[in-house]
Amino acid sequence: MSDNLMKINILEYLEETATRLPDKPAFIGPEEGRALTFGRLLRMARGVGSCLIGSQKTGPVAVFMDKEPETAAAFFGVMYSGGFYVPLDAEMPMNRLTMILENLKPSAVICGRKTAEPARGLNYDGDILLFEDICEYNIDARCLEDVRRRHIDVDPAYVVFTSGSTGTPKGVVASHRSVIDYIEQLTRVLKTDEETVFGSQTPLYVDACLKELISVIKCGASAYFIPKSLFMFPVRLLEYLNEKRINTVCWVVSALTMISGLGALEKRRPEHLTTVAFGSEVFPVKQFKMWREALPDARFINLYGPTEATGMSCFYEVTRELSDNEPIPIGEPFPNTRVILIDGEICIAGAGLSLGYYNDPEKTGRSFIANPNITGYREIIYRTGDLGRYNEHGELVYISRKDYQIKHMGQRIELAEIEAAAQAVPDVAQAACVYDERDSAICLFYSGQARKEALIKALKSALPRYMLPAKIERLEQMPLTPNMKLDRKALLDRI
Amino acid sequence: MSISPLYDILHKLHNDVDFESHEALIDEGVLDSFDIVSLVAEISEAYGLQVPPEEITPENFNSARLIFAMLERVSEE
Repeated sequence: MSDNLMKINILEYLEETATRLPDKPAFIGPEEGRALTFGRLLRMARGVGSCLIGSQKTGPVAVFMDKEPETAAAFFGVMYSGGFYVPLDAEMPMNRLTMILENLKPSAVICGRKTAEPARGLNYDGDILLFEDICEYNIDARCLEDVRRRHIDVDPAYVVFTSGSTGTPKGVVASHRSVIDYIEQLTRVLKTDEETVFGSQTPLYVDACLKELISVIKCGASAYFIPKSLFMFPVRLLEYLNEKRINTVCWVVSALTMISGLGALEKRRPEHLTTVAFGSEVFPVKQFKMWREALPDARFINLYGPTEATGMSCFYEVTRELSDNEPIPIGEPFPNTRVILIDGEICIAGAGLSLGYYNDPEKTGRSFIANPNITGYREIIYRTGDLGRYNEHGELVYISRKDYQIKHMGQRIELAEIEAAAQAVPDVAQAACVYDERDSAICLFYSGQARKEALIKALKSALPRYMLPAKIERLEQMPLTPNMKLDRKALLDRI
Repeated sequence: MSISPLYDILHKLHNDVDFESHEALIDEGVLDSFDIVSLVAEISEAYGLQVPPEEITPENFNSARLIFAMLERVSEE
């Protein structure tokens, strides 16, 4: 295998790196000392693959394991079988797990020792395989080669389920091609190499974890799976980053603002951190500036992209001063990715697009459409449902979800604009707006120590009258989804 | 200093927990990473003090009594 050949299978990354660096730790688990080297990772993955082929478990295989290094081996093992993995997690509510299993009909469920008990409680009557039983399976090299010969790069690699607006989870199917395209560009932008030490924060059942998993096997980097509990204790977390010499993080914004908001950056400097990538949420500029001050030499990169485009599609490295109420731009598309705005909606084209929604051609057809500006041939674009615009620097800026654009008192209103105005008020930690259709009322929720009267006063001076919220409520904390994103549906339920 | 504002704050976060007797708020995952930010902000305001970030540890937050002991220590310093 030569680097000059175009990669067509994600596993080529693992095979090349395991040959080059067999004894280097690839993933280090949250429990002390539990590391998996590239050599072991490869061996286990090939064992799992051989076992699945031997027992004729093809197509989708669910992986129901905790966040530990072996889970990555299970993912790659399913790829070795020629099938695609579907990550499930014990944190998911049972009815969600049931809906996913019914839609997916996996040929097997792989569980870990700790998830064996909950796995028996799943509404699933197929085979449940214990990872440690199958990872040392005799490697059947001939079968693995056979599978590889039949593989093409647009074959599916995984399905991850995201919450749908209707309440039914949507399974996004990513291909080897889309993952390879994404990771080639991401590692170029983040300048990931063998020296990179990731501190991984996101759960393994969301696509966000690919940033570490696939970048590590491509570049021969390492990733620590940070114990979840540390995300409550900012100084301990920073000490952990320093102790493990973590130099790169790709975190959700709320994990970063937990540290800055509790004043921990003034006590411990994350001294090895040189690359801070973040995304999925808007980074309040006040908090961002604390990070920038603490780490003046680090690169700060805002990432933007939908699961449907295999993770991230756009990036912006913060290189200029941002004004206090200016959102951090999402910048420009990755190389080999195209972004076009259709009526303000961000639409994405390129090899990074996923294959669509599992078992849902109708929904796939609605979101993955032919570019209406091109008539001579078919260019597939994904409609993100996000609104964007270009600022005066020519940088792409995310405005809001399309459905946050409301019509109120005859005016088109971006709820995000109200949120931005509230966020600029001192002592407002976070602000979110929802629209109560029934009462035609704009409702603003916020967290932080700001007094309601002061907030109203500030909004009156910042916004036109028709944009002023009818109801304002202070919350102890904003409701969050399992991936720590703001849960707007929960806010709607409160009104 | 009275412990009752602390109980009020904790009950507002989780009204189904008996904070008078619970001794493993962190170990058993009663308080999570979302609670901690608002909890610290609330108690700072209620007691008129700044909780130093290095005091935000599992050892100091495992029970209401431990949180209160930490607050007393901080207020004396």
